[in-house]
Amino acid sequence: MLLLIIYGIINSSIILLQTIGFGLTFSISGIPNLSYGALYILGGILSWTFLKHGFPLWLSILLSCAVVASSGFFIYWIFLYRIRGAVLLEVIVSFALGIAIIEFLRWKGFVTYEFSLPALLKGSTELFGIPVDFQRILIVLSSFFLIILLYLFSHYTKLGLALRGVAQNEQTALSVGINSDLVSSVSMMIGSGICAFSASLILPLGIISMETAYDVLLVSICVSVVGGLGSILGMLLASLIFGFIKTAISIYLSSKWMMLIYFISILFVLMIRPSGLFGKLKQIEERI
Amino acid sequence: MEYRIERIDRGIKARCEDIYALLSLKEIAYLVFPRFFPVFAILIIPLLRSVIGEYWEKVFFLTCNLAILSISLELLLSIGLISLGQALFFGAGAYFSAIFNNYMHLPVALSIIAASVCGGIFCSILIFPASRLRGIYFTIITLCLPLFLFRIIEVTKILGGTQGISLSPIGNYYLEMYIPSVFMLTFLFGIRRLMGTDCGIIIRAIKDNEFSVMASGINVYAYKFAVILISATIGSFSGAYTAHFYQFVGMSVFSLDYSIIPLTCVLLGGSSTFGGSVLGAFLIVPVSEALRIFGTLRIVIYSAFLILVLLLLPEGIFHYIQRKYHKIERWKRI
Repeated sequence: MLLLIIYGIINSSIILLQTIGFGLTFSISGIPNLSYGALYILGGILSWTFLKHGFPLWLSILLSCAVVASSGFFIYWIFLYRIRGAVLLEVIVSFALGIAIIEFLRWKGFVTYEFSLPALLKGSTELFGIPVDFQRILIVLSSFFLIILLYLFSHYTKLGLALRGVAQNEQTALSVGINSDLVSSVSMMIGSGICAFSASLILPLGIISMETAYDVLLVSICVSVVGGLGSILGMLLASLIFGFIKTAISIYLSSKWMMLIYFISILFVLMIRPSGLFGKLKQIEERI
Repeated sequence: MEYRIERIDRGIKARCEDIYALLSLKEIAYLVFPRFFPVFAILIIPLLRSVIGEYWEKVFFLTCNLAILSISLELLLSIGLISLGQALFFGAGAYFSAIFNNYMHLPVALSIIAASVCGGIFCSILIFPASRLRGIYFTIITLCLPLFLFRIIEVTKILGGTQGISLSPIGNYYLEMYIPSVFMLTFLFGIRRLMGTDCGIIIRAIKDNEFSVMASGINVYAYKFAVILISATIGSFSGAYTAHFYQFVGMSVFSLDYSIIPLTCVLLGGSSTFGGSVLGAFLIVPVSEALRIFGTLRIVIYSAFLILVLLLLPEGIFHYIQRKYHKIERWKRI
């Protein structure tokens, strides 16, 4: 039972950290950034490359965050800016971009076992008699602080307020002088940066493989849909639910069943309550 | 002697795009050529067996089936349901034909027909509840359904599990090549005809504004169900036929390829004219086969090409060619 609680919390934090960048971008600018999984892997591999060139680990993580964040920024201005509003094109272009990045990395040969990041903190400790390594504790702490930081940023800085303004109503935000394109690109930037950061923290738990990209993307979509597209609180709750379900399943069943749980929950939530657990978005309009 | 430039179509178009006043054989040829030439080309390709070789025969077969899948997708798009899950139709058709052929020992022709009908009904039952959702929500459900079935087959090991099921072959070369191409043309022109009738007007109106169609006292969901049923049946036909062609059904029929390729065909060709999706299929599938010499880099090139076309030519190639064709000019003596 204690194992379930402790690892449930850890898995919830992992899921939250993986998915919050996707949810943030979608909630602010309405862009379904389907290249998210590819950016996640790109973040991990960039950290690895910087580390290989002799940078210290913390600096290479920072550098990879910066590179991925700016690539998110440029993806917005080069590709998505031209097709804003056409949902189908946004989906296809970002998805194609993601596939292009993943397959390029695969072609460059980043698929073998040597590509694994070292953990920031080595060693492990015992919590209530259950062994937990420091990296997992670091993940829990950093996702906790990330949420607080995001809350403070979006409520007490000018840029954060602009982000929330665009998220609530783009036209009104435009009319009070907020440059909505700039804000959307900033939201892409923050989302991608968080994604690279989470990759650098989470990937040391395993090896870097390209299949992770698709899994991360699916989990992100699932958590944002179940929590309600555009609601950070909903995402928090959804990742808690999924974290605990995932832990319970990997203890009592095989972890192969987890993907089924994700799909079933998406289907049920969309059929019964399409706006998700916490989404207040146009509940009447989306479902007549 | 003085000349002026004249657009050819000016004399032919009487009132609108669809009503023509034809005075000479030349004008008839101008009008008939773009419709007749592709049909002729598609019907002649299988006869050139010795020229194109066995490899490109397979590519032609695959192209026809993906074109059928794209037509089925475009029918869904024309009622405003953006689907990312054509693999659901394809895979359902393939697995139903495996059930009928391998487990119930039906002959090939009967198994394909039964699989199309059953696959159509099965997919409609799965998708119809989601058709009340719109925009990206419907898209997410359709994206998830085939992946979901993929995982079910993987985890529960029903229907052959990861091993797959083998089927009996079609056998005849001309049947293998002509049935998909003729059916593709039938679906293409049939659905184009359908979209021109009153029923088609209602379908397009539902895409534009669902509420106003409802306010006119028309049952929107009946139309949606009918469109989903037709589209799923067409898609399942393509899946069933492909399964018999390869004599094998595996979990890969639910893979993302069969969802993404039709969508790119439609977007590249240009939506809302069904010819666009067929044109897109005949561009994309051979090009992606030809790119195989680049190995895994092929998908990178392919995606980059796709993004470029989508950004530079968002209307689609079909509309572009159509516009240019209408603008052909000639010198006329005054």
